[in-house]
Amino acid sequence: MNATSTEQASPPVTEDALRRVLLAGERPPRPGPVSTSLTFGWRALLKIKHVPEQLVDVTMFPIMFTLMFTYLFGGALAGSTQEYLQFLLPGILVQANVMITMNTGITLNTDIQKGVFDRFRSLPVWRPSPLVGALLGDLVRYSTGSAIVIMLGLVLGFRPEGGAVGVVLSVALLLAFSFCLSWLWTMLSLILRTPNSVAGVSMMVMFPLTFVSNIFVDPKTMPGWMQAIIEVNPITHLATMVRGLMHGSVPAGEIGFVLVSSVLLVAVFGPITMVLYRNKK
Amino acid sequence: MGKLAIETRGLKKSFGKTHAVAGVDLAVSAGGVYGVLGPNGAGKTTTIRMLATLLRPDAGEAQVLGYDVVRDARSVRTRVSLTGQFASIDEDLTGVENLLLLARLLGYSRRRGRERATDLLDAFGLAEAADRQVKKYSGGMRRRIDIAASLVVTPELIFLDEPTTGLDPRSRNQVWEIVRGLVAEGTTVLLTTQYLDEADQLADRIAVIDHGKVIAEGSSGQLKASVGAGSLHVRLRNPEQRAEAERVLAAALDVPAEPSADPAALSARISDPERVARALAELSRGGIDVTEFALGQPSLDEVFLTLTGHPSEETPKEDAA
Ligand SMILES: Nc1ncnc2c1ncn2[C@@H]1O[C@H](COP(=O)(O)OP(=O)(O)O)[C@@H](O)[C@H]1O
Ligand SMILES: [Mg+2]
Repeated sequence: MNATSTEQASPPVTEDALRRVLLAGERPPRPGPVSTSLTFGWRALLKIKHVPEQLVDVTMFPIMFTLMFTYLFGGALAGSTQEYLQFLLPGILVQANVMITMNTGITLNTDIQKGVFDRFRSLPVWRPSPLVGALLGDLVRYSTGSAIVIMLGLVLGFRPEGGAVGVVLSVALLLAFSFCLSWLWTMLSLILRTPNSVAGVSMMVMFPLTFVSNIFVDPKTMPGWMQAIIEVNPITHLATMVRGLMHGSVPAGEIGFVLVSSVLLVAVFGPITMVLYRNKK
Repeated sequence: MGKLAIETRGLKKSFGKTHAVAGVDLAVSAGGVYGVLGPNGAGKTTTIRMLATLLRPDAGEAQVLGYDVVRDARSVRTRVSLTGQFASIDEDLTGVENLLLLARLLGYSRRRGRERATDLLDAFGLAEAADRQVKKYSGGMRRRIDIAASLVVTPELIFLDEPTTGLDPRSRNQVWEIVRGLVAEGTTVLLTTQYLDEADQLADRIAVIDHGKVIAEGSSGQLKASVGAGSLHVRLRNPEQRAEAERVLAAALDVPAEPSADPAALSARISDPERVARALAELSRGGIDVTEFALGQPSLDEVFLTLTGHPSEETPKEDAA
């Protein structure tokens, strides 16, 4: 492991070897956008491999929330913890996923600060591919988070009536929505200067969005104006959809709403992000 | 002058009220090393970032290898490489992963990419460190992997932004060897530096920039000549004759002569080398024995001082331990 001693022993840069690599340099055909995006996705996975600590938010956070809410409030809110769990778990899944998307912006901002993005931007590749690749890598994080929440739920007594099909379908839709929502944070990370400010702003948006929704409590007992607010919150629709699918119904209206808002998120924030990225100083 | 690798006219970029680049004209011919010399904050990085298509100029035009950096950015990107001033590789990944990543992005197959990465690591003396995370590399190793990363596809033109700033002398020499190797194989190198001796050693032509403007351009010899022909250093056998020698030299050279630290030596800046022989003859006629004399070229430090009216910034001071 002693680098310096071996370095001293042999001249680090040999003229012959250098000449060979320079002459051998071929110019392979330029890869397409899918290929480069997947390569950037591979980079994100390598980063998880080398810095596994970054999975803390997708593991500890959902576990904490599930346990806390089930056992602290379950009895009071739904009569029994078992009953509450059936209601809460799909909601926690939604909360976990949308919260994890915030990390996308923070990671990206850190990346940009470090200068490695300068190199990526100076490559002749499809311009959005570093961003798309990072988001693809994040899908792995969402899946990990989702798997943990569902497994914990099953252990605690969550019994989805929709069976495996309902669970898989709802997670798939949730991942698609999360991927689209990430573009909002990607945009934010190009506007704000530091990872901390990205974290701060996204928290300010996400906290009210997830709490002022039907994730934790059925809004029936709330005042009318509160119900109205909750009704327009997209997170509510997302939670209703996941809840429905997991418990065996097909909430077509909610699925439509989620799909349309996913498309809208990308259609609005995608192009803005790319313009910002192109003109980034 | 051969084909131009880089040509800029009136290139400008401001950040708020800071005119980072305030009208730069460059004509860099293909092949060889072009040095952009300037102190910290002179606008070197901003210029390079515009040329590498990372930053849009506010005004002016730039062609790199014949392609406009704004309209034809993609053609430029295909042909040039940039090694930025700050590490532009992923420190979390290992050396080989970084190179493989770039190889894949540039179209290599997984197998060929791995071979290419290995060859580059070998050539840069990093084979041993291939599987170590870059954040564990020393400064010199980081700089080398950074340059290697720019050579995954051999570029026609490479930008090196302050490639040796902060390196120890040994690592600096290695980078110099790499630069010379690149040029030998036909790559044009544009490098920026704050070190005068680096520009002197490596660059065929030098642009001196300060406050976003080119204040002088030419070969290192030409730049030195623009300041004066150099100075004459004389050492006497008898130190007691120094005052008299001073008078004789001043008269013969038409410039004041100055005593050196050595009590037997003195020197004079000269404007006309032809007068040197006559001055030496005058000394001998006056019975003043000269044991040594030397004609020194001016240093680039003197060049900088003359051009800008202020000395070039030295390497940032180390904190007193
Ligand atoms: N992104 C930026 N935002 C604001 N000011 C900048 C930015 N980049 C550079 N500058 C300013 O522009 C000037 C030139 O900077 P730079 O090109 O980095 O100089 P050099 O590379 O020669 O040290 C400096 O005053 C610097 O502070
Ligand atoms: Mg700089």
